[in-house]
Amino acid sequence: MNYTEVMVRYGELSTKGKNRKDFINRLSNNIQKVLYDFPDLEFHPRHDRMHIVLHGTPFEEVDERLSKVFGIQTYSPVVKCERTLEKIEETALEVMKATFKTGMTFKVNCRRSDHKFTYDTNEINQKVAAYLYENMDNLKAEMKHPDLVLRIEVRLDAIYISSVLIKGAGGMPVGTAGKAVMMLSGGIDSPVASYLALKRGIDIEMVHFFSPPYTSDKALSKAKELAGILANYSGKINFIAVPFSEIQETIKEKLPEGYLMTIQRRFMLHLADKVREKRGGLAIINGESVGQVASQTLESMVAINDVTATPVLRPVVTMDKTEIIDLAQKIGTFDLSIKPFEDCCTIFAPQRPKTKPHLDKARKYEAELDIDGLIDRAMAGIQVTPILPDQKFLQNKSAEDAELL
Amino acid sequence: MIYFDNSATTKINPEVLATYNKVATDIWGNPSSLHALGDRAHQLLESAREQVAKLLGVKASEIFFTSGGTESNNTAIKGAAYSKQTFGKHIITTQIEHASVGQAFSELEDDGFEVTRLPVDKDGFVSPESLKKAIRKDTILVSIMAVNNEIGSIQPIHEFSKILADHPNILFHVDTVQAIGKGIWDQVMDPRVDMFSLSSHKFHGPRGVGILYKKVSKQIWPLHNGGGQETGLRSGTENLPAIAAMAKALRLTLENELADSQRERAVKEHILEGVRDLPGITIFSPANDHFAPHILCLALKGIRGETLVHTLEQDEIYVSTTSACHSKTFKEAGTLMAMNIPEAIATGAIRLSFDAENTLAEADQFLVAFKKLYDHFAKINHLGDK
Repeated sequence: MNYTEVMVRYGELSTKGKNRKDFINRLSNNIQKVLYDFPDLEFHPRHDRMHIVLHGTPFEEVDERLSKVFGIQTYSPVVKCERTLEKIEETALEVMKATFKTGMTFKVNCRRSDHKFTYDTNEINQKVAAYLYENMDNLKAEMKHPDLVLRIEVRLDAIYISSVLIKGAGGMPVGTAGKAVMMLSGGIDSPVASYLALKRGIDIEMVHFFSPPYTSDKALSKAKELAGILANYSGKINFIAVPFSEIQETIKEKLPEGYLMTIQRRFMLHLADKVREKRGGLAIINGESVGQVASQTLESMVAINDVTATPVLRPVVTMDKTEIIDLAQKIGTFDLSIKPFEDCCTIFAPQRPKTKPHLDKARKYEAELDIDGLIDRAMAGIQVTPILPDQKFLQNKSAEDAELL
Repeated sequence: MIYFDNSATTKINPEVLATYNKVATDIWGNPSSLHALGDRAHQLLESAREQVAKLLGVKASEIFFTSGGTESNNTAIKGAAYSKQTFGKHIITTQIEHASVGQAFSELEDDGFEVTRLPVDKDGFVSPESLKKAIRKDTILVSIMAVNNEIGSIQPIHEFSKILADHPNILFHVDTVQAIGKGIWDQVMDPRVDMFSLSSHKFHGPRGVGILYKKVSKQIWPLHNGGGQETGLRSGTENLPAIAAMAKALRLTLENELADSQRERAVKEHILEGVRDLPGITIFSPANDHFAPHILCLALKGIRGETLVHTLEQDEIYVSTTSACHSKTFKEAGTLMAMNIPEAIATGAIRLSFDAENTLAEADQFLVAFKKLYDHFAKINHLGDK
């Protein structure tokens, strides 16, 4: 089926009153961003929907990208035809043949925005349905809950026909809720938290701590590749790598083992906040889930969160591990997340971390260190990498090598 | 040159050799090394394992790379026997196995295991009934070949599997070295099979590499101790160039399996047609579904197989006596003796084994050469005289 355009219907944003224009602009930009490499597409954002004229671009590829853009309620591939009854019938038949499967029920649903068109909606419904019955077998009409609705829109410039309604990703256009920094480790939880944050319209930048030579380049590449998968939902994500070895070594050398983890986490949050400040974000997001590990007890959260007054959002905080894993599989980050590269959360992990650290002790121990110096040196070493959808950083050789087999 | 000895070994495929060279030259890191060179080698090793598993319809974790069919058989048999010896010391095989199975059983016998070697009938088949009778409470292992390497008889693995379904604790190993790529895999592969062995150079891969399939749920002891490669079952730095080349050879073989095995069958049938009615000729590998399409074993009464091999060699036609592995020793054809073929005939047996590259024209050339030597020897031995 050669579709001529895609009709995109906006999601929740239609309820947002005067901010509507911003939302539409943002969504329109996001859609254009994920489709940047299809030069033939033409975009027409309007107040209630957007038309993407395909000019020969295959719908399947556009579909693949659109399905991940937040803020879209539904979208449909559409065929545009001339304003004559013959053309309407012909095109309707073509669309039906491409999408109707035996056993389905259907109905024809015509809408006119051009009320001066020769036929009214009922006449068009009846004539097209009659034409379809004449030319196809096994048709069964059903008015209340049809499996397939053949939509015919009569507009001033042309007629638009479609029969497929695809559910969009929902949520809010990325960026409409402002910007935040996301603490991305490389595990299972933080990519899922990232996805949920993006879904609510938050534009995120990834903060990742790396500790060479304790962590390998592969661990860093893995985190970047995870950001690449998440960039499918936002078009592009900045990845900010923060060097963390000096801080970890210093804590290990100077502080009691029971508080290694707590103090490390305080430094991470402190650094994330610095990055946020520097890059103009409003909040910090992480992948913590209550009770999952020692650093994620409520007591630990109290002792760690103490370093900042910035809102720390935890999208997966009450989710079960199995729920998080299901979502990780759905968004395609799971297989990469479980690749076993040492990350900076597992090295320097004490044998018996305190699951109930005391805030005053954490403050007291931390004060023994040169906090500002450590933070400043880490901040001086940050590296920012813009990451594109599905950009690969790992195993670049292996696919090529596998060609040998 | 006409090469009819493909069950002994096959010529390496040039594309496979190219892969071998490329890997040996460029991807020479040790797969166990943590650095990038090692990692690249490791990735390729695991891709090869996945490809092999996919081609064979099994899990990657069930594929172990070895040095060849002999090692795969030894590992499966001794590894199984020693790991299960506390449950019993009775093990079963047949009288017609390849030496790497037969001798492994002999060694276990010397080590206190009790071995039952199932007989074959006059056509070279082990009967399921005899297996049923041989199974005891203390039986821990059964090893039966899928395709006999001397006469090509296809053993009824599905029948054996049915019997062994009632004895889930007995490990079932099948030597499938001669069974791959010949359009008969479904006939010899059964979900009940716990382990099977393959050898790369039998399907146009390089020497010195093979495959042992072992179900994840079955535990066997390793033969060698060392660095714990191949999840501990086969220590020793992996022979990556050969493994990658074998994975490719297996893919190419299986991609063309149907057409290739039909061509082999046609060559076999054509030669059979030309020799079968000659007086003094005995055919051990008829053309039917119970025999592999690529093996043709026949004997000329009164003339030693060796003599036939050397006579044909003068016309640059290469065939084998009945088991290439024994050809240079004085051991007689094991399978034929097990079939109770009289010694005078058994010693006269030769084996022709075909490959997709063999043609009907070669079959014709063979028939011309064979007819010439036949006439000569038949006269001396008065074959066909009334």
